[in-house]
Amino acid sequence: MLTKRIIPCLDIKNGRTVKGVNFVDLIDAGDPVELAKQYALKGADELVFLDISATLEGRGTTLDMVLHVAEQVNIPFTVGGGISSIEHVDALLQCGADKISINSSAVKRPELVKELSEKFGSQCVVVAIDAKEVDGQWKVHLAGGSIPTEIDLFEWAKQVEDLGAGEILFTSMNHDGTKNGFANEALAKLSDMLNIPIIASGGAGTIQHFVDTFQEGKADAALAASVFHFGEIPISELKAELKTNNIAVRL
Amino acid sequence: MSLDKMIEKQNFEGISVVIIDYGAGNIKSIQFAFKRLGVDAVLSNDPETIKNADRVIFPGVGEASSALKMLKSTKLDELIPTLTQPVLGICLGMQLLCLSSEEGNTKGLGIFQVHVKRFPNTVKVPQMGWNTITNLKSDLFKGISEESYMYLVHSYYAEDCKEAIATTNYNGNYTTAVKHNNFYGVQFHPEKSSIAGAKLLENFLNLES
Repeated sequence: MLTKRIIPCLDIKNGRTVKGVNFVDLIDAGDPVELAKQYALKGADELVFLDISATLEGRGTTLDMVLHVAEQVNIPFTVGGGISSIEHVDALLQCGADKISINSSAVKRPELVKELSEKFGSQCVVVAIDAKEVDGQWKVHLAGGSIPTEIDLFEWAKQVEDLGAGEILFTSMNHDGTKNGFANEALAKLSDMLNIPIIASGGAGTIQHFVDTFQEGKADAALAASVFHFGEIPISELKAELKTNNIAVRL
Repeated sequence: MSLDKMIEKQNFEGISVVIIDYGAGNIKSIQFAFKRLGVDAVLSNDPETIKNADRVIFPGVGEASSALKMLKSTKLDELIPTLTQPVLGICLGMQLLCLSSEEGNTKGLGIFQVHVKRFPNTVKVPQMGWNTITNLKSDLFKGISEESYMYLVHSYYAEDCKEAIATTNYNGNYTTAVKHNNFYGVQFHPEKSSIAGAKLLENFLNLES
């Protein structure tokens, strides 16, 4: 049976992990390769690297990092953040990234989704959507959630599926950072509407939140950062508990 | 368990592995996976280099008909069926070795006697993630237990068939690994399938040729 995926997300700046990470057995917590290896060993199913570098030089080092991760890590990983051209995607895939995720650049130019899926295959094109619920309406936000748009989350999600996206990474701005659980209602609606996998993001605080997002939110995968980085939720414990709740996971 | 504990460090010195490079997909990951086993796999589209290798990997990610076009432009579609050493098709590579694919209405190289179809929309397409392999029937799976997890990303699948050496269930059982003489094919990505995947690649190196 296809299992639900647990995906730690690492923020990368100039080739280094940004958020503090609290792994006891880590030699260098700022080294993304070291971290990725640890997560692979601890049972993460996939990894997402989000490049938040502001400069071209910074992005250059990320390419280097991708190469080192691919060299040493034996689970799939996605790279996102500031990707807006076919050339950039080509370079990342050549360095060994399995998937790339695009966000604002897809909103600005939706054809990019089509161009990328036609050139590289849908399987490696993840469209990340940040959205916020205001007065019962889910609106897409840009630039890390800071710029609101008038675009409806569900219409946009349907559009990117039609354009060839292989997967959607949905982050609820209302839930992100709250540790109060995922946006399960919106997630379930997305999952029922679309025929591609949905990754839930934003709001993980407890193991129960993951149970809920798989059961109520019908998510195919769940992504989180701090609860994993600070060891608040050990992945092995999380997966054991998911299994107890009859949720298929890779143990 | 660490890779080092499960996989005894073997000496693969002198064994030559060639990854067929015809412009399809992420082959770096496969090269790196062999490097982790201590083998420097070479990327090549040169017929002589491919013919003389001890092991050949036929990779592929992307769309079937355009991948076949690329193969044909270098006449690799004629070379591959004549190979006599162990050959491993991965993902789209495996699918191209089948009779046909519904993707782009593509005629395959016809090594494996099975057709490739698209998953119906009653399940999410692509299948993306970790699923189990069962009914394991070949030395390729030596030391790999039934119900081991492998990483898969695909929208098309080979039907269950006589030559299947492993099956996976997604909307029913399908052929997730297949064998015909010296030709092997796997739908999953061993290079991305953690320890079990590494073990499979190691087994491939250890096959009697």
